[in-house]
Amino acid sequence: MSDSIPQNLKYTKEHEWARVEGKTVVVGVTAHAQEALGDVVYVELPKLGTQLVEGKQFGVIESTKAVSDLYAPISGTVVKVNDELTNNPSIINSDPYGAGWIAEIEPSDAEQVGKLLDASAYGALLK
Amino acid sequence: MTRRTPLNEAHRKLGARMVDFVGWDMPVQYSSVIAEHEAVRTAVGLFDVSHMGEVEFRGPGALETVNRLISNDLARIQDGQAVYAGLLNDLGGFVDDVVAYRFSPEHILICVNSSNREKDFAWMKARAEGVTPVDRGDDFAQIAIQGPKAFGLVQRLTKADLSKVGTYRFTEGEVAGVKSIISRTGYTGEDGFELYCATDDAVKLWDALLEAGQPDGVKACGLGARDSLRTEMKYALYGNDIDDAHTALEAGLGWIVKLDKPGGFIGKDALVAQKAAGVQRKLVGFELTGAGIPRHGYPILKDGARVGEVTSGTQGPTVKKPIGMGYVPAALSTEGSTFDVEIRGRAVPAVVVKTPFLKKS
Repeated sequence: MSDSIPQNLKYTKEHEWARVEGKTVVVGVTAHAQEALGDVVYVELPKLGTQLVEGKQFGVIESTKAVSDLYAPISGTVVKVNDELTNNPSIINSDPYGAGWIAEIEPSDAEQVGKLLDASAYGALLK
Repeated sequence: MTRRTPLNEAHRKLGARMVDFVGWDMPVQYSSVIAEHEAVRTAVGLFDVSHMGEVEFRGPGALETVNRLISNDLARIQDGQAVYAGLLNDLGGFVDDVVAYRFSPEHILICVNSSNREKDFAWMKARAEGVTPVDRGDDFAQIAIQGPKAFGLVQRLTKADLSKVGTYRFTEGEVAGVKSIISRTGYTGEDGFELYCATDDAVKLWDALLEAGQPDGVKACGLGARDSLRTEMKYALYGNDIDDAHTALEAGLGWIVKLDKPGGFIGKDALVAQKAAGVQRKLVGFELTGAGIPRHGYPILKDGARVGEVTSGTQGPTVKKPIGMGYVPAALSTEGSTFDVEIRGRAVPAVVVKTPFLKKS
């Protein structure tokens, strides 16, 4: 699939994306990640208030065949989770950058998100 | 070295995602496991199962020779019928689970799992008394056509009267001009056929089925859908739900074990003894009542203590529930019994349910 990579997001090597929204950062998984996973059937979301550490596991995403860890793109506190994924995990497949967002994080270091990959660096990683 | 079926190129052309499956380069999905699963439940799906093996016994005494090797009884069926059976070890555990086709008392064909082809052939060769088995695995390709529209699709491509070919029966004939064994069998819980043809004819047959099935909404289906379809039926997968360490009685497959068969079979003594002593652990089907998906290898807990292990599990695409199978102590095997499945350190409650999970209306 030739999904375009949104220019306004930041990315990790683990195929998560991050989007700055004012003081918080919304995170999810990329189109490439959902394509590789296949049909998503279950998402284990972090609890509100969880302290995330950059690069550490913060949730689990399961497809029909595989279980994959979600890794925190940045350190911070979980202030919102996408509860819709509990009932309808397949929106990660249909809209990974929109309705399929996973969590909203209040960063502990506002600089951190800027150090993630930009769209062209992430795109190069996929080649 | 990775082995390829004659349909390998056809899968790649269809955009399949290929994976290594017990040494075979096989399609796990073409587009979506769930969409392929649904196609089989509501229309028709095609599966390349050419990686399965075939072992042939030909000659006077073939039936008697095979009957000593398998748990089911070929003497109780007619020519043109097949049986599901176990090849059992001396302890009553599974060397493999197979389908044995009775062409005549002098011609029996056994279909074995891809993962066990070499092991099974060596095992049968070492134990066959009378007729010597021949490994035909490389001569045959096999395509499964499964789903409520499978019958119509195959019937349109053959002059054979398929209405005369009941479940677990087979005939020989041409399908789309390809000489085939046409078997009313499958691994999905839906009506359908498994067609055995010469390896060189596989592409012609596959292409003809895909093209003729377009009005039916036919989909090529991969191993992912094959697994979720069989799990909803609680059909055992060798290496997951049955293996050499669990007996046919523990697996709930007593119905393919004919203890009163004249001449007996390998593994019979152990099963007779186990039946007399009582079966201590059983393979059950369960649903999670908490959140999560059970997976192969997850511990089964009762009051915090490990009492068993999940052998297969998935989010059932048709039953829309997290379902699984596993061996538990007999006391926990009755419908309504509860236990926990340990998922990433959490104890998630589960209940034993009646199987198959899929209830046909």
